[in-house]
Amino acid sequence: MNLATSIIGIAAYLILAPLAGGLLAGIDRKISARMQGRFGPPVLQPFYDFFKLLEKEPITVNKVQDFYVMCFLIFIVITGCFFFAGGDLLLIIFTLTLASIFLVVAAFSSNSPYAQIGAERELLQMMAYEPMVLIMAVGFYLVNGSFNISDIVTSPVMAIQYLPGIFLGFVFILTIKLRKSPFDLSMSHHAHQELVKGLTTEFSGKTMAVIEIAHWYENIFLLGFVYLFFANALAWSPVLAVVVCLATYFLEILIDNNYARMKWQIAINASWIVAITLGFVNLLILYFIS
Amino acid sequence: MSTIFFLILFPFVVALALLVLKTDAARDIIVKVASIVIAAASIYLTVQYFSSGGKYFEFESETISYLMMGIEVCLAIMIFYLGIKYKKYLASVLAAIQTPIMIWFELSIGHHIHIANNLYVDRLSIVMVLIIGIIGTLICWYSIGYMKDFQHHHHGEADRRPWFFFLMFLFLAAMFGIVVSNNLVWLYFFWEITTLCSFFLIGYTKTKEAINNSFKALIMNLFGGLGFVLAIVVLGKFYGTLELNQMLAMGMMGVSVVLPTALLAFAGITKAAQMPFNSWLLGAMVAPTPTSALLHSSTMVKAGVFLVVKLSPVLGWNIAGIMVMLVGGITFLMASFAAISQSNAKRVLAYSTVANLGLIVACGGIGTYAAVWAAIMLIIFHAVTKSLLFLCVGTAEHNIGSRDIEDMDGLFGRMPKLATFMIVGISGMFLAPLGMLISKWAAMKAFIDSGNVLLVMMIVFGSAATLFYWTKWLGKMVAIMAKRENIQQNVHKEEWLVLTSLTVLTVVICLVFPVMSSFLVVPYLETIYQSVAALALSSGNMYIMSAMLALVVLLPLLFYGKTNKRIVPIYMAGANLGDDLTFRNSMQQPTSVSLRNWYMEDYFAEKRMNIIGVIATVVVLVAAFSILLGGVL
Amino acid sequence: MSYVTKSPWIIHYDGSSCNGCDIEVLACLTPMYDVERFGIINTGNPKHADIFLVTGSVNEQNINVVKQIYEQMPEPKVVVAIGICATSGGIFKECYNVMGGIDTVIPVDVYVPGCAARPEAIIDGVVKGLGVLAEKRAAMDQKPAAPAEAEEKEEA
Repeated sequence: MNLATSIIGIAAYLILAPLAGGLLAGIDRKISARMQGRFGPPVLQPFYDFFKLLEKEPITVNKVQDFYVMCFLIFIVITGCFFFAGGDLLLIIFTLTLASIFLVVAAFSSNSPYAQIGAERELLQMMAYEPMVLIMAVGFYLVNGSFNISDIVTSPVMAIQYLPGIFLGFVFILTIKLRKSPFDLSMSHHAHQELVKGLTTEFSGKTMAVIEIAHWYENIFLLGFVYLFFANALAWSPVLAVVVCLATYFLEILIDNNYARMKWQIAINASWIVAITLGFVNLLILYFIS
Repeated sequence: MSTIFFLILFPFVVALALLVLKTDAARDIIVKVASIVIAAASIYLTVQYFSSGGKYFEFESETISYLMMGIEVCLAIMIFYLGIKYKKYLASVLAAIQTPIMIWFELSIGHHIHIANNLYVDRLSIVMVLIIGIIGTLICWYSIGYMKDFQHHHHGEADRRPWFFFLMFLFLAAMFGIVVSNNLVWLYFFWEITTLCSFFLIGYTKTKEAINNSFKALIMNLFGGLGFVLAIVVLGKFYGTLELNQMLAMGMMGVSVVLPTALLAFAGITKAAQMPFNSWLLGAMVAPTPTSALLHSSTMVKAGVFLVVKLSPVLGWNIAGIMVMLVGGITFLMASFAAISQSNAKRVLAYSTVANLGLIVACGGIGTYAAVWAAIMLIIFHAVTKSLLFLCVGTAEHNIGSRDIEDMDGLFGRMPKLATFMIVGISGMFLAPLGMLISKWAAMKAFIDSGNVLLVMMIVFGSAATLFYWTKWLGKMVAIMAKRENIQQNVHKEEWLVLTSLTVLTVVICLVFPVMSSFLVVPYLETIYQSVAALALSSGNMYIMSAMLALVVLLPLLFYGKTNKRIVPIYMAGANLGDDLTFRNSMQQPTSVSLRNWYMEDYFAEKRMNIIGVIATVVVLVAAFSILLGGVL
Repeated sequence: MSYVTKSPWIIHYDGSSCNGCDIEVLACLTPMYDVERFGIINTGNPKHADIFLVTGSVNEQNINVVKQIYEQMPEPKVVVAIGICATSGGIFKECYNVMGGIDTVIPVDVYVPGCAARPEAIIDGVVKGLGVLAEKRAAMDQKPAAPAEAEEKEEA
């Protein structure tokens, strides 16, 4: 991928991702409502929420929390930029980790009991999904001989043919990353009594708005990972890939609405077992055939 | 060559001077002057030999050989005596086995082998010399203030500080010896001296625990020493050489040197505290903190990995290489897991050290160009960052009276400067765009390319665990707690100077690492590997990393701690008493809040992780050596 | 235009209610009434909430909690008292430990009577509260950083 396409990719991401991400969140809420037999909020509701948060009184619990949250947003956006500029997969994963750490650190900095529970759980979730995410990168590398996204999307092979196990494993941990039940452990909307709002308990107003928009940015490139499994040099593959992305997101909504929140033990056990079975076996086969 | 001799002999002379002079003032001055001189000399050595790439020195001296032999005999007798005195007979037995073998060998076979080059300098030794010369002396400088506090805390006990500083400087001399010796007999001599320094420093406080742990360290390292002796005997008897470079040359020419390689690697594994020998390093944490920083994280244990990295051209996909890879990989994984269950800061650092050394050892075992690049980078970054963290914990311990991470609650309020240094150090251990992560990235790529899928899984899961235990500590550091009294003015100014330098160094080496890579590490690798493959990290990614680092440094400088928002109390279910530290309980009484980290004992209990790791590595070692000996017999 | 009326997040606190009103509040979230149509989300956190729904009367035990939850909500904020106990103390008014309605402790903007208050009434009350919310938001622009003190009493 040359410089021009990289810049176009970054620009498109910067402008379109929050719009697409917010819209996706709105559709998510609408579909969830319909699955529960409700009418649901307007599709633009996430944007209303966002602007409402901007209008709220500015308060904070200490002088540094907002800085960390801002860094979370900045590095999430940088991660996305690397992704859409066709950068290195490992670089993207490590930058994403850095961003997530900023969010956890922001929660820790408040020294609030609920935020701390959320932060510890978030860390646990990161420990749960990290192996599978890295295995995914390894899988792409073994198939395409390169970590660069620009090489992956222009490769003659379709990664899914070689990485079915890793794809399933990734979809599994995507439930954690998209903060869906049964693994919405760290900042669930529903656990009022034990979590309040977990990680985000002490964030309000504009700070909360920053977190919302960061999640929109994040969700877009998370679906981008799904896209990579299907996109290749063929002209029709991007269409297929986008369809699969949307289907995956729909599946996540379905899972979200069909499961109660589970214990953290199940989250880590299940994720690691999936990484060891689906991920490891898939890698073994790849090494064997190469 | 004279610089080399100076680097070995000068610290030794200083050590003797420190043993004799017992006043605080004299010691302060000598340590400071000597530190500056040693650091300057190591930089001078760098300048002197930098352009030459690799240089071997013909230098023969019967006297030195006999002198070394004499000292070895004395040391062996001393270990023998101490072993009997403290009823640690295994130490005596090991000393009684290995030294006679060595003496017999030297007098019968070794005597007839012509050693062309006893000493050498190449870019890897320059890297090590700089680490020892700069980090090592910084730690000695730090010790000045630290040991005053230490003596103060251990009031009423005998002042053994001259002994302490003697050992520290003697150790520096021995380390310089290790990294410039081409003659394996010399290397062995310096190797044993570092073992002894470590032994005495661990037992420094002379408590029962300290003595037990010091003997544990001694015995395990003597095992390694035995491996070293056997390697020398095998090399001398079957290959007719005692020079490291010749052995490597033979191996690369196609002669099978697997057995001596495996034996030397075994010695390296014990010294680098790999499983099954990791328990000595954990036990070594009873020593004063500068000891932990100098010997047990930034230099002595690096001698172990240094040897493995040196051997890496003859490792790879042979029995020795696979053994080293697996031992390193298993150690990385299990030690990372075990670190999660620890709340004692020094033990977390110890496990993290063991884990990172495991990573380096595994890289050395793979032995490809990219793997060794990662290994050397890991050595550099780890030395700087880990010594910073150890010294921070030392300072924290003396000022808050505990080395438990849970007691470091609100350290940001009490010692903001120290907490900031610790945040930099902790981030440096596992976060992009800082050094350790960059090296881990390269290591990971090397693992993938090596085709060892087991290693890939180990690094993948180990990294996840690493993330967990560092971030929960980081969380304690960043927590802002109300009403914390600032107590940092009690810290000695020597400590601040060293901590500040190490913090700056941590960031600066990350900024200049592309330069370091292309001028120091790559040229070294080019002399060893004929075919130079593409680097693990493309130069583009390296510059992205540097740019990100600049951003990470710049953002806090510009925006940190600035807000015009109203500051409100935290949420405590409506029962916050207003100070964020207490809440009203159901009986309307105030109860203080106490937040604790997760240790996940059910998953990562220290004992279980150690048992699994030890069993797995023992199986690997036994299997590897049975195959090798089976091939010989 | 203000977005506060389009995304009112509520926090629900049970003072010393018999749980009758609480069940009706939660009934509003069910498919039958589905208040999420109006963008209403039931948060558990005062720092995210715009509307404070209180059921039950205030007593000696929870007086500080009610006050603190109210204080921890960022402006603009609205308090809706649900049920007769919350509006006036109801049948518990004379109890030795009961202070009375919510307005004895914090300013209340909307009163929703009923024992228990019907979901339709609760929704109506919240929607009335939105009007107050918008006014308070407008007041914030004119007089920044001062909490709006306008106290409006409306019957739902």
